[in-house]
Amino acid sequence: MQMQTEHAHEPPRGWMRWLLTTNHKEIGSLYLLFSLAMLFVGGIMALIIRAELFQPGLQLIQPEFFNQMTTMHGLIMVFGAVMPAFVGLANWMIPLQIGAPDMALPRLNNFSFWLLPIAFGLLLSTLWMEGGGPNFGWTFYAPLSTTYAPPSTSFFILSIHIAGISSILGAINIIATIFNMRTPGMRLMDMSLFVWTWLITAFLLVAVMPVLAGVVTMMLLDINFGTSFFNAAGGGDPVLFQHLFWFFGHPEVYIMILPAFGIVSLIVPTFARKRLFGYRSMVYATASIAILSFTVWAHHMFTVGLPLAAQLFFMYMTMLIAVPTGVKVFNWIATLFRGSISFEVPMLFALAFIVQFTIGGLSGVMLAIVPADYQYHDTYFVVAHFHYVLVPGALFAIIAGVYYWLPKWTGFYPSESLGKLHFWLSVIGVNLTFFPMHFSGLAGMPRRIPDYALQFADFNMVSSLGAFIFGLSQILLLIVIYRCVKGGKPAPAKPWEGAEGLEWTVPSPAPLHTFEQPPVFDPQRDSPSRA
Amino acid sequence: MSGSYYVPAASHWPIAAVVAIALMAVGAGNELAYGRGGMLLVFGLLGIMWVIFHWFADVVRESRAGLYDEQMDRSFRQGMGWFIFSEVMFFAAFFGTLFYVRAFALPWLDGEGAKGITALLWPDFTASWPLMSPPSSEVKGPTGTVDPWHLPLINTVLLISSSVTLTLAHHALKVDKRFTCLNWLGLTLVLGAVFLVVQGIEYVEAYQQLGLTLQAGIYGGTFFLLTGFHGIHVTLGAIILAVMWLRLMNGHFSGHQHFGFEAAAWYWHFVDVVWIGLFLFVYVF
Ligand code: HEM
Ligand SMILES: [Cu+2]
Repeated sequence: MQMQTEHAHEPPRGWMRWLLTTNHKEIGSLYLLFSLAMLFVGGIMALIIRAELFQPGLQLIQPEFFNQMTTMHGLIMVFGAVMPAFVGLANWMIPLQIGAPDMALPRLNNFSFWLLPIAFGLLLSTLWMEGGGPNFGWTFYAPLSTTYAPPSTSFFILSIHIAGISSILGAINIIATIFNMRTPGMRLMDMSLFVWTWLITAFLLVAVMPVLAGVVTMMLLDINFGTSFFNAAGGGDPVLFQHLFWFFGHPEVYIMILPAFGIVSLIVPTFARKRLFGYRSMVYATASIAILSFTVWAHHMFTVGLPLAAQLFFMYMTMLIAVPTGVKVFNWIATLFRGSISFEVPMLFALAFIVQFTIGGLSGVMLAIVPADYQYHDTYFVVAHFHYVLVPGALFAIIAGVYYWLPKWTGFYPSESLGKLHFWLSVIGVNLTFFPMHFSGLAGMPRRIPDYALQFADFNMVSSLGAFIFGLSQILLLIVIYRCVKGGKPAPAKPWEGAEGLEWTVPSPAPLHTFEQPPVFDPQRDSPSRA
Repeated sequence: MSGSYYVPAASHWPIAAVVAIALMAVGAGNELAYGRGGMLLVFGLLGIMWVIFHWFADVVRESRAGLYDEQMDRSFRQGMGWFIFSEVMFFAAFFGTLFYVRAFALPWLDGEGAKGITALLWPDFTASWPLMSPPSSEVKGPTGTVDPWHLPLINTVLLISSSVTLTLAHHALKVDKRFTCLNWLGLTLVLGAVFLVVQGIEYVEAYQQLGLTLQAGIYGGTFFLLTGFHGIHVTLGAIILAVMWLRLMNGHFSGHQHFGFEAAAWYWHFVDVVWIGLFLFVYVF
């Protein structure tokens, strides 16, 4: 057990404490709370979209506003909800799992977090500006986002820049922490998979966020300074925008899933009471996915008219990614095999992740087939695909992680009964929402349209009902978290019987400062890769 | 390892930086979108500079008070290294643009390859690089291009020599020859400043004599995108080096402890390497 010493500098009191904090746990909590808030803001937008799509015809909102909602929903969920949630978990758990007292660059950490409310405040404020907010989809293809964009697009560009700086600095901090702050004796191959997946994710972030910054800068120049990067009249090319965007965009989807893989790789062994099957192959699979993710971007562009050789290359590379992904799914299942499994709430979410993420992965392979994608592209089939990997995928893994680590954060177990209710309502809601989208998509329903032909009515009604079930059941998540902060069944230092890792050697709740002396780590005994 | 970790104290500067960035962003957004907000933008920028100055001053003070251990030093080094990597990727996007336009976009507009159909847009268009006449007559191309063997060559010599003088300064610092180091570093700064002046002259000539402007089609766009962001980075690098010169004057560095200097040098060399890419692919080929 850690020895707790009085800390030299006392934290400032009151709300200033949160503005100034350099403590990884407090910053982690800020990230998580911010992400939770954004989840609900983005969620309300999704419900506005689904309410309009409940029936054919225009009922509730104007098409202009519908476009702003789809755009904002996507941007907020990707950059405001999923990414900050993972960074929050990284802040809380990476130092605890590698035996570090804090992140390597604590002030930078504070800076990275507080940039986010600015970025999203700016982004949301565009909804009230003359000409409305961004309305060109979260992928903001030129010339929709340049020649035909509302004036507020400049604010959108600045907010992407600010969120991007936040991500890059956060990622640099995480890399420096992992390389530099591990307790003596912990080699790279002794790190938990959550730490490993985050290391690789951070590398992806540092590599592709600057490209996003570059592409929005070029947009800004096209809009305000008369350049023609994305304008064929001056010799540029709108397709160039798509190449640059997806060079960022595809690694970005792995940024949103690799840490989820890490979380699931911790939870499954804990509740199967077995060591993770194939630790090393998990690490290598993660690294291969990351490397391959730089070579597949044009699978989002099969229909823009790429040369045949490019289509073939990107098709095969995309399919290749399914191999390391398959290795991961195989390893999780092999870990479950002959385990003595129990079904606590984190495990339920993790198991649901495995099944549902696989559905999303398989529809991804379908989309990777060029001639098939000609049919599926820009239909609800794509919407079904990426929501399966992102909602019952990434988001479920985040929620699983929250249930898994709440006892460590608050000192109390989250309510098992409310948690189970939350789980079952979420599973039902999510599948009711997104499964029918496969069918409406295959039948040809285009995405990002406020109205649709009559034959899609039934599927859409089911999707909208499911969406409201899913959305409302997330209020349970709020209640569970609130109650768990306030009290409940007290949790011991190691609240889950089968759990392993340094985070379970500090008391629950984890005191503000932990591991001021590096903890003892014996690879023979403590490493997840031990023989 | 001796045992205890060093954790820096909380500071006001990060949040002050966030406030300044917010002011700047609101100002810039309003200026670009609605043509109002210039004052806020200026305030924000001044605020950012003020904060950076104080934030770094704190770090320097702590470092000189001997608060940082080896581990902190490694964190700074890795942080700087990955930051430069992110800058490399930023420029990679712009170089990628240049290559894509030259290798694919323009030939396709000219009807080459499987994309013949795009040639129907502007049937008279002929691809060439530098692109003097853009496809649409609404976009006016440049009338001339910058001669690589004149000003850009001078600039190449300037920057490469500045990397050499900077290395000499570093060697002097390592053996604690502070005065020699100050001289070489000063010379580096002069070379950097002359580079910027020459670049300025080139821009004026481009605008006034060659019709080479941001609006001059894709050639003008890529030209100013690449050289412009490079120029901004040279300016930044020069400011950092100037700060290092002042710190050296105040006796800040020693032969074995001078990471601030090294970080500045890494940055300068990075800017130098980018220039070589620019010289080859923007000016010569
Ligand atoms: C086996 C793995 C995967 C494969 C083969 C795959 C393949 C594809 C393909 C081919 C598309 C383009 C479809 C089209 O627009 O016509 C696509 C879209 C998309 N995928 Fe995946 N994918 C995989 C995993 C993932 C993961 C893990 C995520 C995120 C966590 C993800 C998120 C997305 C998103 C957000 C889009 C749509 C973007 C948009 O157009 O708005 N995919 N995927
Ligand atoms: Cu993709």
